[in-house]
Amino acid sequence: MIPLTHILILSALLFSIGVLGVMLRRNVIVIFMSIELMLNAVNLSFIGFARSLDSMTGVVFIFFIIVVAAAEAVVGLSIILAIYRTRKSLNIDDFNLLKW
Amino acid sequence: MSQIWLIPAFPLLGFLLNGFLGKFFGTRFVSFVGPMSIGLAFLQSVVLFFEMLKTEGHRIIENLYTWMAAGSFQVNISFQVDELSGLYLLIITGVGFLIHVYSIGYMKGESGYYRFFAYLNLFVFFMLILVLGDSFLLMFVGWEGVGLCSYLLIGYYFEKHSAAEACKKAFLFNRVGDFGVLSAVLLIFLSIGSLEFNTVNAQAAAQFEYGGVLVTVITLLLFLGATGKSAQIPLYVWLPDAMEGPTPVSALIHAATMVTAGLYMVARLSHLFMLAPVTMNVIAVVGTVTALLAATIAITQTDIKRVLAYSTVSQLGYMFLAMGVGAFTAGIFHVMTHAFFKALLFLGSGSVIHAMHHEQDMMRMGALRKKLPITYLTMMAGTLAIAGIPFFSGFFSKDEILWKAFSSPLGGGVFWALGFLTAGLTSFYMFRMMYLTFHGNSRVDSHLQSHLHESPWSMTGPLMILAVLSIFGGFFGVPHALHFLPNGMELYFHDFFAKLPGEAHGSVDTEIMLMILSVVLALFGWFWARRMYSGSLEAARRLSASWRTLYDLSLNKWYVDEIYQALIVTPGRLLSTHLLWQAFDKNVIDRSVNGSGVISRGAGGLIRGLQDGVMQTYALIFAIGTLTVIWYIF
Amino acid sequence: MLTLFYIFAAISIICAFGVLFMRNPIHCALMLVGTFFCLGGIYVMLNAEFVAVIQVLVYAGAIMVLFLFVLMLLSTNEPSQVAVKWDAAKMLAVIITGGIFIQVASIFSDSALTLGEKGNYPLEKIEEIGSITLIGQLLFTEYVLPFEIISILLLVAVIGAVVIAKRRFN
Repeated sequence: MIPLTHILILSALLFSIGVLGVMLRRNVIVIFMSIELMLNAVNLSFIGFARSLDSMTGVVFIFFIIVVAAAEAVVGLSIILAIYRTRKSLNIDDFNLLKW
Repeated sequence: MSQIWLIPAFPLLGFLLNGFLGKFFGTRFVSFVGPMSIGLAFLQSVVLFFEMLKTEGHRIIENLYTWMAAGSFQVNISFQVDELSGLYLLIITGVGFLIHVYSIGYMKGESGYYRFFAYLNLFVFFMLILVLGDSFLLMFVGWEGVGLCSYLLIGYYFEKHSAAEACKKAFLFNRVGDFGVLSAVLLIFLSIGSLEFNTVNAQAAAQFEYGGVLVTVITLLLFLGATGKSAQIPLYVWLPDAMEGPTPVSALIHAATMVTAGLYMVARLSHLFMLAPVTMNVIAVVGTVTALLAATIAITQTDIKRVLAYSTVSQLGYMFLAMGVGAFTAGIFHVMTHAFFKALLFLGSGSVIHAMHHEQDMMRMGALRKKLPITYLTMMAGTLAIAGIPFFSGFFSKDEILWKAFSSPLGGGVFWALGFLTAGLTSFYMFRMMYLTFHGNSRVDSHLQSHLHESPWSMTGPLMILAVLSIFGGFFGVPHALHFLPNGMELYFHDFFAKLPGEAHGSVDTEIMLMILSVVLALFGWFWARRMYSGSLEAARRLSASWRTLYDLSLNKWYVDEIYQALIVTPGRLLSTHLLWQAFDKNVIDRSVNGSGVISRGAGGLIRGLQDGVMQTYALIFAIGTLTVIWYIF
Repeated sequence: MLTLFYIFAAISIICAFGVLFMRNPIHCALMLVGTFFCLGGIYVMLNAEFVAVIQVLVYAGAIMVLFLFVLMLLSTNEPSQVAVKWDAAKMLAVIITGGIFIQVASIFSDSALTLGEKGNYPLEKIEEIGSITLIGQLLFTEYVLPFEIISILLLVAVIGAVVIAKRRFN
């Protein structure tokens, strides 16, 4: 039996790496991958809690999260495609029009 | 169930219908709705009047809902019908109905016909609120409302410069008075803790020391409000200018109803006023002086409506004289008879003006008797009433006031003498007006001469009804000295007003003698006016030439407007321009406003660097926030 | 058992750092696939076989293929570009993220951490019914409304993606 604490700390670590990825990387697609990483870290903690609480809710939730993640990936990637067509770049620093 | 609320509801409904739909439904609709709403209110008032007489204690109070409640302070919207407001109800809705009917004919073909009736209905609504309200706040709502309607109606011909100026003037002078009322209401609330008239009247004697400073200040402030609304010195100058409004407005607002609101307030609070003998004296003096001053102005005016306006100011002065000597019943009696004959005289003058195609100068009239017979006869009845010719209504009420001014413990010979003099002047200027308008040689323009015609039935009908009231209205209050009828007014107001401190003096013989004296003086005024004005005006011209200075003073209204201009308006304007505007407004207010703008823009400029459009910066700030929240929670 | 967990955990962390520091985006994507596989393994160890399967099929399979597909479609040859350009803001980001991790980890490792009520599905029951059967039952009974809604969400996402990504002819 894996202790809950271990799972949660692994989850927190993966999540933090995902956060760092969002803040440090400049390639939009890699930033997007980091977001997926964060989603997975959350999934892991869901499963951990579900197991230690003898509940199925967490497992069903992951099912939904994965569907949402798939939808999000599809829409997000198509947005990236659309942006790439106009700006010919994947560098996040080039997408800074939304400001004062 | 008494359903008092119906009385103001009808005029309000009339206002809404005329104001919002009148434009689309046309003249016939407006001519129906306008008078009809007042007529229904009148019927309901009659019903309630008799119901009130049957009720124990002669008082019906109807509580609609709680307007505001804070701690022990509570104000209800509740209506009250008692002796005073019952009588006022009948005057307002009755005379108001006649004037509405009259307006159908008078205002025919005017642009904004529906607007006129909407305002007129609204005015009646507010006036009813004023007299029905059982607390200061509700009365004040009505008080301000009638001021607003007066403003709107004086400025009815707003495209005319003088009308626009006149309505502004009326509004501003009323504001001065309103300041007094509002301060007095606050003081009363602070000292008694209630704003209901009944509570205030009942507790006044317990809360205030007789003749004390506080009660004197309160009553003086209230009287300041009354001078504004009821056109007394020092705030009377707006009323003559208010004649710029259509004549029915002058009849309804500036003769019969609104201008008596000040008297209503004094009468309503008689118990409070009676505690302040100084104020009572001030009221009596102001009333007397106003009556005399306005009468002296009226004798030289040539504008038919201005004569009547000064006459109104003068008569209101009489009423305040009555209030001031504690003869509340006599004052209210005069309010009633005055409403009849002054509304009649104004409507009659309106009929003349209507026939003359808006010519108001009496020097261009004359010999209209044959052309306007009904107008002439009815106006003659009104003139006889106001001049105090025996057995017309004005005779009874005016002599009651003069007698009370003489005999009351608060009165005195001087008041009587000045009032007596005013009565003579009144008789003179009223008959002067009649002779200049209806008798003598015709001075009418030749092209107008052929168009002269009697007014339509909608106008002469109300004139005749009012004439009947002016002739017989006085028998409600026959003085004790004549005792062929009981004094109806005294029976009606039995125990309503505060008692006088001390006994009246003077015997019945004195009263009869004074009465005969004033009748003789009135007849003398009539005779003198006839001598001067019935034929050619040569005698009058010679007389005015030999008294040039006095004549000029009177003709120019004692230069009161000019004095106000020099003493108040000009310094006020200088102060505003140089100190308040150039110094304070520009340097302090404008700069602080601009300064706050500069500060916010500077602060924004400092912070906006954070919003650089780069998503990662936002993510970083978001992460900082997250860390803070987590750190704070655990 | 625990040893296996540590191995999976270590590999997933190393792969995650790979995502963070790899210069070539395609390498990043492959690293991410590695992480997903390891997580799938951990799910199996936690008796969530069905989730493990869809983790591998949908995540590591479909979604990552989509990523790779887009990466190759937009192949930008910028080899000189470093993965992470360090400056003050980035340093601050590292410090902040580290702070968050330390905070959260200290909360989780606190022995006084209390858990809520136990649910109705202990391990024995799951093994008796079967994990996949159980999820199926729950999806079509208790969670049928979210299940239907999520299907509409997928439809919307598909249409949305087509609308956004298609070329505009004008």
